[in-house]
Formats: sequence, structure tokens, C-alpha cells
Amino acid sequence: MNFFGYLAGNYTEVLGLTGQHVLLVLTGLALATLIGVPLAVLTYRTAAPRTAVVAAAGILLTIPSYALFGLLITPLGLGTAPSVTALTMYALLPVIRNTIVGLREVDPAVVESARGMGMSRRQVMREIELPIAWPVIITGLRVATQLLLGIAAIAAAVNGPGLGRLILQGLDSAGTPFAVYLALEGILGIVVLAIALDLCFAALNRFTTSRGIRA
Amino acid sequence: MPSAAAADHPMIRLERLTKRYPGQDAAAVDELTLDVPRGEIVCLVGPSGCGKTTTMKLINRLIEPTSGRIYLDGEDVTEADPDQLRRTIGYAIQQTGLFPHRTVAENIATVPRLLGWDKARTTARVEELLDLVGLDPDTYRGRYPKQLSGGQQQRIGVARALAGDPAVMLMDEPFGAIDPLTREALQNEFLRIQSEIKKTIVFVTHDIDEAVKMGDRIAIFAGDGRVVQYDTPEKVLSEPVDDFVADFIGSGAFVKRLTLTRIGDIDPAADWPVVTASDDAEARLSVLAAAESGFAVVLDAERRPTGWLAASLNRGDDRLLGTGLPLLGPAGPDHTLFDALNGMLANSTDVAVVVDDDGRYRGTLTLAAIQTLIHAAPARTGAAGPGGGTAGRTPSEREVR
Ligand SMILES: Nc1ncnc2c1ncn2[C@@H]1O[C@H](COP(=O)(O)OP(=O)(O)OP(=O)(O)O)[C@@H](O)[C@H]1O
Ligand SMILES: [Mg+2]
Repeated sequence: MNFFGYLAGNYTEVLGLTGQHVLLVLTGLALATLIGVPLAVLTYRTAAPRTAVVAAAGILLTIPSYALFGLLITPLGLGTAPSVTALTMYALLPVIRNTIVGLREVDPAVVESARGMGMSRRQVMREIELPIAWPVIITGLRVATQLLLGIAAIAAAVNGPGLGRLILQGLDSAGTPFAVYLALEGILGIVVLAIALDLCFAALNRFTTSRGIRA
Repeated sequence: MPSAAAADHPMIRLERLTKRYPGQDAAAVDELTLDVPRGEIVCLVGPSGCGKTTTMKLINRLIEPTSGRIYLDGEDVTEADPDQLRRTIGYAIQQTGLFPHRTVAENIATVPRLLGWDKARTTARVEELLDLVGLDPDTYRGRYPKQLSGGQQQRIGVARALAGDPAVMLMDEPFGAIDPLTREALQNEFLRIQSEIKKTIVFVTHDIDEAVKMGDRIAIFAGDGRVVQYDTPEKVLSEPVDDFVADFIGSGAFVKRLTLTRIGDIDPAADWPVVTASDDAEARLSVLAAAESGFAVVLDAERRPTGWLAASLNRGDDRLLGTGLPLLGPAGPDHTLFDALNGMLANSTDVAVVVDDDGRYRGTLTLAAIQTLIHAAPARTGAAGPGGGTAGRTPSEREVR
């Protein structure tokens, strides 16, 4: 039986796991955005807290993924919880760093004139700074997504959901005729997802960025 | 509209206003006391770093003063809510600070939106302002700032500052960083707009020529955050209080004074020989015979000057009944003595033809007349000193008439 014959036999399982994988990655990304963007907004103006936040998020990213998933079993048990948590932690750096960079790139004269016309700090952030920084922020989300798609495969090691399970099954059954097919299905799923999500972000960027600041 | 009570207090009063930035020994603005009369343009001028921008930002509280008070229209706003305050003060800066992600129309609508105007009123206001600053609404309202030239961006910056119809405008080098021709066009347009809207304007510039041109009054800052002279442009040019001011004005104070007098405000000489379209050859010859200056001005049926006729033309010459030698740049009411003199020098002549708004002949202006006018200037500026209430450039101009 060749690879495609094998795929024809278990494609429903592959599709289900692909769905889980996307959901896992997007959940991690969403949580990282909910935590990271406000942190960036609060710290981007002053050097010390800004550096501290970026450094902390950077350290998180350097923890080997196997170790982090494993460490999280103790407080969070097995399954989805440690997986989502680990992915959130990994996504923080690209999200925070790009938000900070984007906000700092906003022309100070633009902010000053907004303040000078009587917009409150909150209005300036919501209506001026964030929309202008948006293309840079969305690039951060894009990078984070690609990063998480790969790392999410490790979730299977802590009994989490996603395409990692196929890869893990393949590794477990090494030597059998279908071991390679299983791993290949997992990898292919991730690659297809990477391409599809990247296209989604490109489209999102296009439709949510003002024509006035589009490249 | 200025009410009767308006004369009691200036539109903007700064009282011993001081700003000391943290960690700096010298104050950026030092005990500044300044009254800005209603409806006037006051230019803050001085060398770089002397505190002009700081002073301006103190007025709309983008910078909080270390000490001193700020009064707007008689009301102490030193502790007023800054956001509310700023919505009533127009603000335009050199870098324009236009919102790049918003269209021209949305940019102009910023303050109206903050003030909660309804959509119809806001739209109408945007159209009106685009017209006012000379940009066609249909072409420009949907554009983004990056689709505009630098000069157009500055026009939009000014339009945006005017949008909420504020009584007070703060403008920090609004026409800086553009080529001299465009700057001059913007200055002239802005003066025309101001003659209609009569805002009270604080105008920052480091260019004394711009200050002389734009200001009803000029406040000259020394390098140390103090104002050394606060006077009308005429007074500053003719009687600088000290060497610092004299140096700052630089050479050519008399030439600069030429820019202060508009042709529309002087009486041109009406005794130059003139022939009209209806005059026949005989009539023209007799005028020319009496023309000591060697030339007569030819006017068409509408009394618009069309050219010069040389007195040396002989009877029977075709040119005698023509429209004359080409007339180079007649001086209109909006031109200044400087423009007129410049035209004379450019054309190697010592006389300029003066016309009214419709291009009709008013008379002539000679080099000698300009000399007389410019030397008469110091005497006539005496009346318009500081503290003279609303006395600006107008009284002195009236004396020239
Ligand atoms: N935010 C700030 N913090 C500290 N010092 C400042 C700040 N802004 C201005 N200064 C200082 O205050 C002084 C006055 O600055 P200001 O910007 O008012 O000058 P200016 O007259 O507008 O100069 P320019 O013509 O160059 O624009 C300068 O010495 C400047 O270095
Ligand atoms: Mg300045």
C-alpha cells in the first residue's frame, strides 16, 4: 500500500486531528494576544519595563519545548491545559515584541497632534496608535502562528490534542511498514496548515489595514 | 464676534508663566507675561531652543507649567480639563501630524467628532474647509495623507486645526519645511483666510521675515526663555530695543519694512499722463507732447492699463493708436511695496502702474514715492505700541492712506 492508499484509509482521523491542531494553536495565540498586547501597551513608553517584558518573553522562548510541556504536567496535569499554556508562553515574544515595535514606530508628531486636538490617552491608543501599529502587530501574530504550528506537535507528548499524535504514533511503531506514513501525515498536515493560516493572515492584514498605511 | 466687554481682557493672557524641565537648571520659559489681543496674529520668534514651542504647548497644556497662570478669554484655564480645553483650541504643527490611516475628510473631522457634531454638520464643515484652503473637495476628501504633496498636507493640517471653529489657534511653524514659493503662497492664503475668520492666533516661527509678514505683533524671544521685545512689526523693525533684537532682525530692516505696506493701502500718484481707448490720434499726440516723463499709460475701455506709449512717437505712426508697449506686472492691492520695488528693479524702470482689485487703473508709484513712504514709516508707527488694546497693523495703515 502506498502513502495515498494509507491516507485514504484514515483521512477522517487526520482531518479530526488537523482541526484539533488549529484549535490548539489559535487558542494559544489568542491567549498570548490577550496577555501580550496589553503588556506591550502598558510598557512600550518607558525603557526599563519595556526591556524587562521583552527579556522575560525571550527567556520563555528559549526553554526547550519538551522540557516546558513536561514541567507543566505537575501543576496542570495531562492533555489540553499544559499544551495551551505552553503554546501561549511561546507566542508571547513575537506578539509583545511586534506590538512594542509597532507602537514605537508611530510618528510622535501624529500622537502629539491627536493629543493637541483633545483626544484622551485612551482614544489616542485605540483610534490612532493601535491602528497605525496594526500591520506590525499582525506580522507578529503571523510569526507566532508559524512558530506554534510546529511546537504544537509536542503536545502529543503530554497527551494533548493535535497532529502530534500521528507523529508520535509513527515514532512508537517505528519499524512497522506504516510508521513513516503516520509521521508523514502529521508533518504534511502541519505544512498545509502553515500555508493556509499564512494566507489567512495575509488576507486579514489586507482587509483590516487602512489603505493609507498599506505598503 | 468681539462683544463690548471683549475689550476688557485679551483673548490669551499669560501671567508669569514658567516652565522648568526636570533636570535642567535654566528655565525653558522664564516668567513670561504676554497678552494676545482678540483677532490678532502674534508671532513668537527667536533662535532655536529659545522656548517658542514650549510656550505654545503651555497654552494648550500639552506641557504643564511649573508656575504662572494661563487665561483664555478672561477665564483661568491653568487647571481646566486639558482634553476639553484642547478641543476649543486649534493646533497645527510643522510635521502636520496628519493621521496616516485616515482620509483627508476623516482627518479634518477629528475635532467635530470629538465635539459630537452630527454627520451632516461635520460633512458640510469638511467641504467648507477644503474649499477654504483651496483644495477641491471631490478630488481630495477621500485621499490619504501619503497621497498629498507636502504643501497640500500642510493645508490639510491647517484645515483640521480650524475644523471645530476654535476662537484660538496655535500654529508651530505651520509653513516650515516647504519650498519658498509654496510657503509664500500658503502665507498669503492664510492671511486672506484670517481676514475672514479673525481668529486669535499664536504663530511660532524662527524666521523674522515670516514673523514680519504674518504678525500683527511679534514677540522676540532671547535665548534664555524671556521675551525681549513685544511690538508691532513696524516698531520692531524701526526701533529694536537692543542689540540682540537688531542682530536678530539682521541686515535690511528697511527692505523688510517694504513688505509691511500693501499697495491697496497707499494713494498712488494720479498725475501720470494717461490716454484711453477712445482717444484719437490727435488727442493722444497732445497728451504725449505734454508728457515730461516720456511715456503715457494706455487704458482700455474698462480703464484697465494695457501698455505704455512713448512720447517720441510721430504723427502717422501705427503704434500711436495701438495698446502700447507691454506693461510689466501692474501692482495690485495685495502686493506690497516690496513687490512693486522688485518689479521696478526687474524691469529697469522707476515707475509701477497701480491697479485695483478688478485690474482698473488707480495711478502710479515711483521709486521716489517709495522712498518717501518708507521714511515716513517710523513716525506713523508710534501710535501702535504694545498695550494699545486692539491696535494692530490697521491704525498705521490707515495713516498711510
Ligand atoms: N521635553 C523636553 N524635556 C527637556 N527639555 C526640553 C524638552 N522640550 C524642550 N526642551 C528644552 O527647552 C528649551 C526650549 O525648547 P523649545 O522646543 O521650546 O524651543 P523652540 O524655541 O521651539 O526651538 P526651535 O526653533 O528649535 O523649535 C530647549 O533648550 C530644549 O532643549
Ligand atoms: Mg520649536
